[in-house]
Amino acid sequence: MADTSIILAAADAVSGNIATIGYGLAVFGPGIGLGILIGKTVEGMARQPEVSGQLRTTMFIGIGFVEVLGLLGLITGFIFK
Amino acid sequence: MPAARHATPRPHDLGELELTSVATALALSADGGAGFQAPTIADFFPDPVLFAGTWFEFGRIQFVRMVVALALVLLFVVVARRATVVPGRLQSAVEWVLDFVRTGIGEDILGKKDAPRYVPLLTTLFVAVLGFNLTGVIPGLNIAGTSRIGLPLVLALWVYVMYLSAGVRKQGLGRFLRSSLFPPGVPPFLYVLLTPVEFLQVFVLRPATLALRLMANMVAGHLMLVLCFSATGYFLIEAAPAMKAFGVLTFASGLVMTLFEVFVAVLQAYIFAILTAVYISMSLSEEH
Repeated sequence: MADTSIILAAADAVSGNIATIGYGLAVFGPGIGLGILIGKTVEGMARQPEVSGQLRTTMFIGIGFVEVLGLLGLITGFIFK
Repeated sequence: MPAARHATPRPHDLGELELTSVATALALSADGGAGFQAPTIADFFPDPVLFAGTWFEFGRIQFVRMVVALALVLLFVVVARRATVVPGRLQSAVEWVLDFVRTGIGEDILGKKDAPRYVPLLTTLFVAVLGFNLTGVIPGLNIAGTSRIGLPLVLALWVYVMYLSAGVRKQGLGRFLRSSLFPPGVPPFLYVLLTPVEFLQVFVLRPATLALRLMANMVAGHLMLVLCFSATGYFLIEAAPAMKAFGVLTFASGLVMTLFEVFVAVLQAYIFAILTAVYISMSLSEEH
């Protein structure tokens, strides 16, 4: 019964790590950015299939830059404990 | 009296409240023991076996790195020694990787003239990062050698020295600094804004993000895999019978995450190598 009252009491307060909210916010930008980036690459490949190799290479370079922002959001949660 | 009954909930009143909330129902169906322990960042700092407390600590991660380093050296020495004009399967596979880095990364980005000088660098980076990343999914090892910042940092610093020296050797120190910090074709008043950003970008952010990108991908992947498989063990072995079906779900997601992790390992090796080539090509390009 002590467990129950503790669990019900916890409903009054918010607990846990705020880094989860931070990471959730950090993923907004890279999520939209990656969608635009890859979508535009697909569009370009559809318009001009013969350059799809170069488009794919440039897409990977762009993915590297955009994804690191989301991952920095994850890592700062661990660094600033 | 009615007021007193609502004021102080007695034990059997709480009984109805318990099961109306999913959270309490789940918590109460859990075992009375320690409960589920999710993976934490302490996974990446295992207890050292030798030389604890010094810079030369030898633990699980260092062991994994040594295994991969030895395996890679052995692989390439054996293939090179036994190279024949008509290649066998192993030699074909290794040659395919070498050719992929030389043409797909080196010549594509740097051009046929500059590529041969930097192809050894690119090949070493690609193969090393690929090998160290893949240990995250190999069953006995189960942790990526690149998941602690030391190894990605060393590789990123190597790339840093290489692209700065490439630019200085090609253009001379003064012209290299001027062409990278003051890009041409910009109205002069914008340099107040642009030059600090460019300075940070070239001298701080490029190596930092190279290292952090690699490490963060491997940390995230490892945590996901450990979460899936330890949750499977917890559900199948320790939890109440009503929860055992979730164990199958987490096992399936663990298998999918393993395949995804192999893809991420290859992708991160490719991104590391291709960004190196891009930075070197940006250092080498004379401003037009």
